[in-house]
Amino acid sequence: MKKDIILAGVGGQGILSIAACIGLAALAENLFLKQAEVHGMSQRGGAVQSHLRIASDPIASDLIPEGKADLIISVEPMESLRYLPMLHRNGWIISSMNPFVNIPDYPQVEVVLDEIWKQNRYITLDADAIAKECGSVKSANIVVLGAASPFLDLKYETLQNAVMQLFASKGDDIVELNLKALQAGKEYALKHS
Amino acid sequence: MLGDEAIAQAAIDAGVSGVYAYPGTPSTEIMEYVQVSDQAKELQIRSLWSANEKTAMETALGMSYAGKRAMVCMKHVGLNVAADAFINSAITGANGGLVVIAADDPSMHSSQNEQDSRFYGKFALLPILEPGNQQEAYDMTYYAFNLSEQLRLPVLLRITTRLAHSRSGVEVKPLRAQNTLQLPGNLRQYVLLPAIARKQYKALLGKQDAMEIEAEQSGFNQYFEGENKRMGLVVCGLAYNYVMENYPDRKCPYPIFKIGQYPVPRQMMNRLYEECDSILVLEDGYPIVEELLRGMLDKGKLIRGRMDGALPRDGELNPNLVASALGLPVSVGNPIPGIVRNRPPKLCDGCGHTDAFLALNEAMKKYGKGRVFSDIGCYTLSALPPLESINSCVDMGASITMAVGAADAGLIPAVATIGDSTFTHSGMTSLLDAINNKAPITVLILDNSTTGMTGGQTSSAFGKIEDICKGLGVEEEHLHIIRPLRRYHDENVEIIKKELEYHGVSVIIPRRECIQTLNRRMRQKASARKLAKS
Ligand SMILES: Cc1ncc(C[n+]2csc(CCOP(=O)(O)OP(=O)(O)O)c2C)c(N)n1
Repeated sequence: MKKDIILAGVGGQGILSIAACIGLAALAENLFLKQAEVHGMSQRGGAVQSHLRIASDPIASDLIPEGKADLIISVEPMESLRYLPMLHRNGWIISSMNPFVNIPDYPQVEVVLDEIWKQNRYITLDADAIAKECGSVKSANIVVLGAASPFLDLKYETLQNAVMQLFASKGDDIVELNLKALQAGKEYALKHS
Repeated sequence: MLGDEAIAQAAIDAGVSGVYAYPGTPSTEIMEYVQVSDQAKELQIRSLWSANEKTAMETALGMSYAGKRAMVCMKHVGLNVAADAFINSAITGANGGLVVIAADDPSMHSSQNEQDSRFYGKFALLPILEPGNQQEAYDMTYYAFNLSEQLRLPVLLRITTRLAHSRSGVEVKPLRAQNTLQLPGNLRQYVLLPAIARKQYKALLGKQDAMEIEAEQSGFNQYFEGENKRMGLVVCGLAYNYVMENYPDRKCPYPIFKIGQYPVPRQMMNRLYEECDSILVLEDGYPIVEELLRGMLDKGKLIRGRMDGALPRDGELNPNLVASALGLPVSVGNPIPGIVRNRPPKLCDGCGHTDAFLALNEAMKKYGKGRVFSDIGCYTLSALPPLESINSCVDMGASITMAVGAADAGLIPAVATIGDSTFTHSGMTSLLDAINNKAPITVLILDNSTTGMTGGQTSSAFGKIEDICKGLGVEEEHLHIIRPLRRYHDENVEIIKKELEYHGVSVIIPRRECIQTLNRRMRQKASARKLAKS
């Protein structure tokens, strides 16, 4: 088993939480893991990405080779497109449709979505709306993780456990909220893939 | 663990007594790990931030003098600041184990340049370790303390951003006891008077062979056989992973000399050179090993690497760059669609720096653009639209002194903007120069009460800025503290305007807590309250 994942978003949108969940789940399943994170400058509202690799055999490089990622998981639609050169031709894009507009020349969101929809395989979802239904828009990143969950080759229960572990310190309400978000994202993906 | 965390844990396990550092991406997380480690607390490992890298290096040297193990961590440009202490520490030598961590940033993810710290190691004539993965980062740090105590020399460990900030599982070693207080056997060892320094320098030169032998025997330089001798690979640090990534069965057909410790053992290099028709050198950073191999005239075997275009001259390596240098097919994905816009980093919503620069911009209108020297920190982002306020960012502390020089040249008024942490890092001596020069400059010390850019570490300047300024000789009537808030905008503009007209040193301190640390404090308070309730 081997999954190479690009996580994408804007600094502050919570892609490191997604990475942490997948990482915890991978460790629980005794998989090897490498994760290249972005710290520093670009965390200030800039484009951020993380390379996450999980596999049953040891992993050599911290970076995924171009054109070889199995998945792009993005919490922002334009950011999912920025890493297309990394994606394998048969790879999936799992992206939120909600734009994060913090630059003056952000393109029309329809144009952005059209570009995603031109790709081979994708799931786009209104993660903010789904998260709001679950209780708080703050869990949109976990909704996106839920939508990616059928593609990760990880047991859904280990992902649930990872979410519980990650949010445990924030109280039961927050754990419940994020488990709901994870489930809602997963259901959306199963209906729309 | 992150590579940074592996280094921190290894130092704890190796019996370090003090870790010294000034924050700087990608090295910051080493110290942060020690600061929150319960184990480090229990062991009473000293772990407070220093004012800058030079003071950190010197404090570590002092701890080593007293016989205990010390580690000092910095980003690559920090080693420029600490260089005087670092280079001379090679002449004094170490008593307790002394390990210096320099974190390079090839591709300049968060830096002004991509200088290669291995040059400093070579320059200082010290051993260098270069881990290729998180486990090696751990193992080498642990070993570095031994090596330092065995050779009685500081040891440099060089990492890069990619290793510092990527995670993988790490196996740890048993905890060693810390050293006890023990003065150096020779109480003149650290007195670098010429007569003593000459002797010490000879001793350092005399240890070079032992350093090379150690690099051959430690196991961190490895030779891997390969059937295809048309090419031999010299691979430093992380580059080894990129080679292996290209051979899914992890079997590279070419012989490989994998370098993790310097000085490079000549015997091992010679074996590869003799065995193979040509050599490909793969290293992150500058082509240091490649240059050594080519020599000045490059008249030997065909050598390929960064200097002949087999690999780009700048930027970090990756699996695909290495694939093409190996002559392997390179995978490609789809191109980035034309509609994708750049998204550069920017000041946070609610950041006080924005209001400070809006006021400065307005006050400067009368004088036109090109007069604002700045420094390194979040506020450097004010160079970009929409603010476009500043005209320089060179090295920490340079804003004030560059303004002095420009004013000397006739650019009056000249302005300097500098963050609070940068001010105590290297701005205080600059301000002293300005005052002694009676320079007609206006200095804005942007006080967000933290070291913002690197994630909000305690700033050495906290609560001390006015007193420092007064102590250095800033006149009280030209020292102002303002609130960088929209509602005080007009008032602030007036103060800045007035001081721009003053023909001497003025200091204005826009003070408002960083929005990130403020939010963090609020969140911590809220969860503490929740905890108390339940
Ligand atoms: C010699 C050196 N050390 C460390 C750094 C890393 N660094 C860049 S900005 C910065 C923080 C500056 O803090 P401050 O001056 O308070 O400004 P703020 O980011 O809070 O606005 C640091 C530590 C560097 N660039 N150069």
